[in-house]
Amino acid sequence: MGRVIFNRIAGAVPVILLVTLITFGLMRLIPGDVSAALGGISSTPAEREAIRKNLGLDEPAHVQLFKWYGGLVRGDLGRSHFLGKDVTQATFERLPVTVSLSAYSLVLTLLFGLLSGIVAALRQNTWVDQAAMMFAMIGVSMPNFWLGLMMIVLFSVHLGWLPTGGYVPFTQDPVGWLRSCTMPAISLAMLQIGLLARITRSTMLEVLRQDYVRTARAKGLPNYLVVGKHALANALIPIVTVIGIVVSLLISGAVVTETVFSIPGVGQLLTSAILNRDYPMIQGGLLYITLLLVGINILVDVAYAWLDPRVRYDGG
Amino acid sequence: MSLLSVRNLQVLFATENGEVAAVDDITFDLAEGEVLGIVGESGSGKSVTALSIMGLLPRPPARIGRGSVMFEGENLLTYGERAMRRIRGPGIGMIFQEPMTSLNPVFTIGDQIMETVRVHEGVGKAAQRDRAIQMLARVGIALPERRLDDYPHQLSGGMRQRVMIAMALICRPKLLIADEPTTALDVTIQQQILELLLDLRDEFRMAIMIITHNMGVVAEMADRVIVMYAGKIVEQAPIGALFRQPSHPYTRGLLDSIPSLADDRERLKTIPGTLPNPSALPPGCRFEPRCAWRVAACIASVPPLVAVEPEHHSACIRHGELAAR
Repeated sequence: MGRVIFNRIAGAVPVILLVTLITFGLMRLIPGDVSAALGGISSTPAEREAIRKNLGLDEPAHVQLFKWYGGLVRGDLGRSHFLGKDVTQATFERLPVTVSLSAYSLVLTLLFGLLSGIVAALRQNTWVDQAAMMFAMIGVSMPNFWLGLMMIVLFSVHLGWLPTGGYVPFTQDPVGWLRSCTMPAISLAMLQIGLLARITRSTMLEVLRQDYVRTARAKGLPNYLVVGKHALANALIPIVTVIGIVVSLLISGAVVTETVFSIPGVGQLLTSAILNRDYPMIQGGLLYITLLLVGINILVDVAYAWLDPRVRYDGG
Repeated sequence: MSLLSVRNLQVLFATENGEVAAVDDITFDLAEGEVLGIVGESGSGKSVTALSIMGLLPRPPARIGRGSVMFEGENLLTYGERAMRRIRGPGIGMIFQEPMTSLNPVFTIGDQIMETVRVHEGVGKAAQRDRAIQMLARVGIALPERRLDDYPHQLSGGMRQRVMIAMALICRPKLLIADEPTTALDVTIQQQILELLLDLRDEFRMAIMIITHNMGVVAEMADRVIVMYAGKIVEQAPIGALFRQPSHPYTRGLLDSIPSLADDRERLKTIPGTLPNPSALPPGCRFEPRCAWRVAACIASVPPLVAVEPEHHSACIRHGELAAR
């Protein structure tokens, strides 16, 4: 088990470096830089040049890149040009918002996705199955920003039950957090619920046909053990892979959802950083997102080994 | 009274061409401690018979058309799922053809054996563990206390089948249904497993219903044999009588297709043709299209099982001539 984790972490290092390199390259390909945003519309070319020189943007790209890597080694990701704050500090101010929203969404996804998938498989070809799969189809097909807007129209504008946007930290007011996050979390979860429900259904159908499920019944085990233990433990192996993908989708989907519900999360932070060409902020923010995603993937691999003894013993 | 008595059992399957009978009007008995062999090629209805006794047929598409399955005087076909669960395990145990896929790959064998005891007897963890160790030792697994924590993929095929046997017998069933228990195993291992089953039969005084297409396995194990063809019983006899005087052309065909070291034929004898499509059965005897002994009368009506000698029944109208040969 320890070796599995170590191998995955070692394998992740080049991935992270490659992502930072691509980010750097892509940002330099987009025309314009932060001097326009900082200097304002009325700034003269000379003023902008001074800003560039001041921030070190006049240096050749490879020098800037090596300086950034030098900072990375020392654990210093630089200061945001635009916010005037340390990049790490700016990211960590926003991260809890995005993470709590994604986590809420993940809980909804797991609850409804797994449950409806399992129930649909157990009631294959009945109206329950068809209803669950239609719901899943709608979830997969509906753009989440549109669903978010429609929910705002219904629940906030017409019914006045929930706020149209904004964010209340959980630590400050749990009920307020729930009120501010429920609609964003649902709009974010719909796609993943549909995805997970469909995968869970087909995996469960496959597993329920297996010989060991028949053996479990032949031993006289009650249905909850046959399905909930013998079938589910095997079905979870492929499902966990999908859950890993779902989490990645949740975090990237959060960017759009944060915009719709004006939630001050990492998504919003990065969107405005990109619009302003705030290089250190983009570079650093994306590094943290990458670390988060890589961490989740390592967790998935560990879960995989934990669930499947064949991987645990042979894979090493 | 027999332990198990199946009367006029008919099992129907829903198909695209309407319902077809996978098992059609079969009747047989099994006494306590007896070993009954059920022989026939794939698709003859052997496994469907076994699964319908266990109540494990997927419904739908399967459905019991008519008949009864009396086990210890109770008709299992009237039992609900809950009552049936109490029969599976302590009443009737079952082992399957593929020991690899029949054990759950993600749980230890100890867990899989112990949960059976837990569910049926509700004893504590330590007692479950002792029982599992005893049973594993009894089926010939060395160092059972260490094997308990192994996963199925860490065991050989023969050991997996021993584990399956231990699991099926841990609650001391009166009847063990063994569905092709040795087909997936090496020949040397096959022999060991068959001997083990016979030993356990004597020790636990249980009956065994062994399903196979291998006449050699039947010769080794069974007291009495039922030969099935296309969902019907075509012959049933005590083991000696069956080999001495096979009274149905299909049985003769099965016996002739056993390779023998004594003769120097180049090719194995086979039965020409294949099983009839269950949705388009021949009008009379179901074996008639493949039969070397067929006459015009064979297609007139389905031949009933008639006594050739006491305890020996054949569903061939020419069984007298067959016996004379």
